[in-house]
Amino acid sequence: METKVEFQFASLADFLAMDGHGIYVWIAYGVTAAALIALAVYPSLRRRQLQRELQRQQRIQQRRQQVESDRIKTAEPA
Amino acid sequence: MAWQWFHRLGSPRWFYERTGVWLPWLALASLVLLTVGSVWGLGFAPQDAKQGNSYRIIYIHVPAAFLALAGYYIMAISGAIGLIWKMKLSFAVMRAAAPIGAVLTFVALFTGAIWGKPTWGTYWVWDARITSMLILLFLYIGVIALARAFSREQVADKACALLALVGTVNIPIIYKSVDWWFTLHQPATIKLTQSSSIDPSMFYPLLTMIVGFYCLYTWTLIAHTRTLVLQREWRTQWVQQELAEGNRGGD
Repeated sequence: METKVEFQFASLADFLAMDGHGIYVWIAYGVTAAALIALAVYPSLRRRQLQRELQRQQRIQQRRQQVESDRIKTAEPA
Repeated sequence: MAWQWFHRLGSPRWFYERTGVWLPWLALASLVLLTVGSVWGLGFAPQDAKQGNSYRIIYIHVPAAFLALAGYYIMAISGAIGLIWKMKLSFAVMRAAAPIGAVLTFVALFTGAIWGKPTWGTYWVWDARITSMLILLFLYIGVIALARAFSREQVADKACALLALVGTVNIPIIYKSVDWWFTLHQPATIKLTQSSSIDPSMFYPLLTMIVGFYCLYTWTLIAHTRTLVLQREWRTQWVQQELAEGNRGGD
């Protein structure tokens, strides 16, 4: 009971056509690949989004502190 | 002392720091296994005597369906752990499992529909297996939608956990549907208790794909949970440091 593993198609065109089933097989694999890639990529996109949000909030906070200290400075001489 | 690991496991920070090193290995394993399995299944596995080449969709359809079901267990069990022990991390795992499970259920249904056309002559039938899988998709989408319906995170977590637990009723129905109602969907190809109805030359690539999908699932579940931890622990200093480090390059 030896099972030989060899390429099942005579040519690349045969491989793509798959005896008329090619369109179904390739669409199924293509959509699956796209879905899995989306799952894999999403966390790093989300992380970057969180980083930008953090930077934005830090900038707002800095500006607020700046305004506050300017106000104190201008108020002091009097 | 014996319970210390359990409490640590519940700490989002501990989880975040621990799992970072696993991700590249899990990613590599999934990439290699899924590539090898796909090439093997598409080009090197023999044709099916009855279905011709359309059967090659099995190499993504079956693993996706496996993980769609296993993922539901993970979501429901982590929801239950969250409810019982009030574990923050457990709820994060539950919330991360929902979109991943939804995508995998969609993949299982979509590839099944595409496979159905050349094999049964139709994309869709209201067969017991297919209908119960569609309900599974709605359960996943329900958990995602429910989570968004509440503004308070803790309330959302509890509601989602309850929905997930109630939905587990559907799981045995999915498993048994091909035996209870013998309609259009073919019975299970791989059985744990009896010998499988599949030739080794077709089984090994399928096994490669199943293991590959498990790696991919573990990888994406951990990665999604990590970003949820960052989002939820946003106010803490360690998260702000972690995100700031990423900004200066690195990562």
